[in-house]
Amino acid sequence: MQIYLPIAEISVNAFLLLGLGGMVGILSGMFGVGGGFLMTPLLMFIGIPPAVAVATEANQIVASSFSGVLAHLRRKTVDFRMGMVLQVGGLIGAGIGVVVFNFLKSLGQVDLLITLSYVIFLGVVGGLMFIESVGALRRARSPNATPPPRRRQRGWVQTLPFKMRFRASGLYISVIPPILVGICVGILAAIMGVGGGFIMVPAMIYILGMPTKVVVGTSLFQIIVVTAFTTLMHATTNHTVDMALAVLLLVGGVIGAQIGTQIGTKLKAEQLRVLLAGLVLLVCGKLALDLLLEPSELFSIGLSGGHS
Amino acid sequence: MRLVALFLAFWTLALPAAAQDIIADLSQSRVAITASFSGSEILVFGAVRHEPGAAPYDPANPELDVIVTVSGPLEPVTVRKKARKAGIWINAEALEIDAAPALYKVASSLALEDILGAEEDLRHHISIPHAIREIGEVGEVGDADAFTEALIRIRTEAGLYEEMPYDVQLKEQTLFRANFELPSNLVEGVYTVRIFLTKDKQIVSDYTRVLNVRKVGIERWIYNLAQDHALVYGILSLAIAIAAGWGASAAFRYARGS
Repeated sequence: MQIYLPIAEISVNAFLLLGLGGMVGILSGMFGVGGGFLMTPLLMFIGIPPAVAVATEANQIVASSFSGVLAHLRRKTVDFRMGMVLQVGGLIGAGIGVVVFNFLKSLGQVDLLITLSYVIFLGVVGGLMFIESVGALRRARSPNATPPPRRRQRGWVQTLPFKMRFRASGLYISVIPPILVGICVGILAAIMGVGGGFIMVPAMIYILGMPTKVVVGTSLFQIIVVTAFTTLMHATTNHTVDMALAVLLLVGGVIGAQIGTQIGTKLKAEQLRVLLAGLVLLVCGKLALDLLLEPSELFSIGLSGGHS
Repeated sequence: MRLVALFLAFWTLALPAAAQDIIADLSQSRVAITASFSGSEILVFGAVRHEPGAAPYDPANPELDVIVTVSGPLEPVTVRKKARKAGIWINAEALEIDAAPALYKVASSLALEDILGAEEDLRHHISIPHAIREIGEVGEVGDADAFTEALIRIRTEAGLYEEMPYDVQLKEQTLFRANFELPSNLVEGVYTVRIFLTKDKQIVSDYTRVLNVRKVGIERWIYNLAQDHALVYGILSLAIAIAAGWGASAAFRYARGS
């Protein structure tokens, strides 16, 4: 069934969009990532203009994250306090990110910067996570190995002032690291046009030492606010949010998120991390190949004026 | 009044040359883009009105030919070319093209170059390369032609640009018709349909009709809301997202019976 999208000005198959939404929704529910880093390139691939893809994707992430966070709320696996602290940093970061983005835009080559930052961050985050979680899985397999001492808090994190108790995470740490993490993720999110879950999740596990169980719900909670803000910004400044496209994606997405949350509870935390790491590395590899291999079409067409 | 006088003056001046006239129409004067729009077809048909006392139709020596063009709204575009720098492929050169039609199809009763002189083509912007208006900045890129060729190639592959030789059916030098497929990724705007009558590679008569391509119904409503009430539109989009997220969560909880 073909449907004409009013803002993207293109006719696409409605079931294809439902399927894409569902697939990304499952990932979102399982891993606590918004899925923007997957969906945005996929939408561009089926011919949606990049500006519309980025803006509409933000809107869809709000829906799937909200659906996912409700499922986590019932299991009490959302650390609201930590979420709020991260949010403060996130909004500061997003503000800085927009300024940086506009500065780079004036220099040209902003596309290259986006792709490069994707490749670098996905590569580093995915690689580290993969090595760590494969190691954890191996230790869990060998029955007589002693579990390594659990180091939740790093030394330097302990020494910082302004300590706060995060009951849901079982942490008593300074608010400075979460705010710094929030700022970094906010900057990257604004530049790369994603919720930032794929950076946030590892940062919460490895830097803040939060338990994986709480990380997913908290990350989703934080993503909702960031993407809602992004959607409004895009809608009011660029007019590039396509409601019809968003509805199709989010119908698939919210159902997928529920299924994903179910799958997530049945898997071990280490298994989840291996899978997410694999996925991140896959996207990274694809983007890196695009940069390294000679493209079949050297030329590309962009509409001048308005959006880039 | 002055316009009419001017028109009459031109008409009488042009009369000796214009031994033929075109009468034509479109199968529809507007294309409505609905939610289920998946492309459309437009039929251009008409007749050549011969001057009384003109030489009768001679099948052995047909001298008239017809060219029909359909052009979308003109828009400025940037064509970028990638090059390898420090091992990676990045956008290196860019060419601004002043005005390129969003859609351009040119149908002709014979091969275009056989029935249209180069000068006439240049003057009336008929063939695809001439329908694209180029640019002032010289020396910005090494080879500007390669960029325009790329634009034509990419848009031809996307089904937006098309040369359709032998696609105008011309019967007895009088009746003609041409069928155009409009793709599903049609953009809104005023489209122009032009019909040219040629003789010895010279244009002897031409005729222009306008085709309105408009979004209708829910498409129109969404588009207008997004443009005119952006904040309301953004909040509405968010409300839909939140409602859908909550709805799916509630539905799944109900389905599991908890």
